[in-house]
Amino acid sequence: MQRFANPGRFMRLSGRIMPWCAAGAAIGLAAGVYLALFVAPPDYQQGEAVRIMFVHVPAAWMASFVYAFMALASAAALIWRHPIADMAAQAAAPLGAGFTLLCLVTGSLWGEPMWGTWWVWDARLTSVLVLFFLYIGYIALVNGFDDPTRGARAGAVLALVGVVNLPIIKFSVDWWNTLHQPASVFRLGGPTIDRSMLLPLLIMAVAYMLYFAALLMLRMRTAILASRVRAARLGEVEAMPEPSGRAHVAGSVG
Amino acid sequence: MDALHRFLEMGGYARFVWPAYGLAVLVLAGMAVQSYRAWRRQHGLWSALSAMRPQRRR
Repeated sequence: MQRFANPGRFMRLSGRIMPWCAAGAAIGLAAGVYLALFVAPPDYQQGEAVRIMFVHVPAAWMASFVYAFMALASAAALIWRHPIADMAAQAAAPLGAGFTLLCLVTGSLWGEPMWGTWWVWDARLTSVLVLFFLYIGYIALVNGFDDPTRGARAGAVLALVGVVNLPIIKFSVDWWNTLHQPASVFRLGGPTIDRSMLLPLLIMAVAYMLYFAALLMLRMRTAILASRVRAARLGEVEAMPEPSGRAHVAGSVG
Repeated sequence: MDALHRFLEMGGYARFVWPAYGLAVLVLAGMAVQSYRAWRRQHGLWSALSAMRPQRRR
């Protein structure tokens, strides 16, 4: 952790890793979509509608994973006060919101033909909707302060409080009677779905993960560059000739 | 032609399957475009500031 906490080192490392993640994501998405649309068989109950699962399920996994990542980064930010941890959390939030939105809408598109309804207020669907609002709330809160440090701290606290929602999402299908089916991949005793469907599902999941990693690094690099731009601008203001010769006062405060 | 038609029909679920894949493309591409644009913006600012620096050191 601490090794990556140096912005210069992060820029160097991420610059080297990011292209590989992006390439892996591109290959994974191409292979995953090909298998999902052309190779995987139609389900014996769901027919061709099962193909929605290949974009829905990995999105649902990412929705929870990205939030857990954001919460961990927020905890690190609160404990070590390192700006890179805040940058990581803030860079992840819009991506997590995107995956959650994708999960909700594709779930709805599957629910209408399979359940006969676009939406039900059951535990799984509602808790994922709450997750979406947590992401939105986090983004709004972080940007709602004039002082970015205070915004980051408030956001980090919200992200940590929201963690309580993650086990609720995971176990909602076991704790309550819901329309949503229980886990069929990550369960004790192994997956219950056939290999011909499991393989494209896992490839899509890996591709989503690499896609997230690549964009996360790009966004964190952007945040680091932005902070350098801010610092350079501040330096410029300081370098300007001041009539009273108090140029150093501003520097000592920052 | 017939095979293509059958594929696009998705066993009668076309109006659910294709919007789902369309949205996946939209959301994933949207994330990338937004992230890349933000990078380009900061990169432009940084280049402009770096270009100014030698003048300042005169």
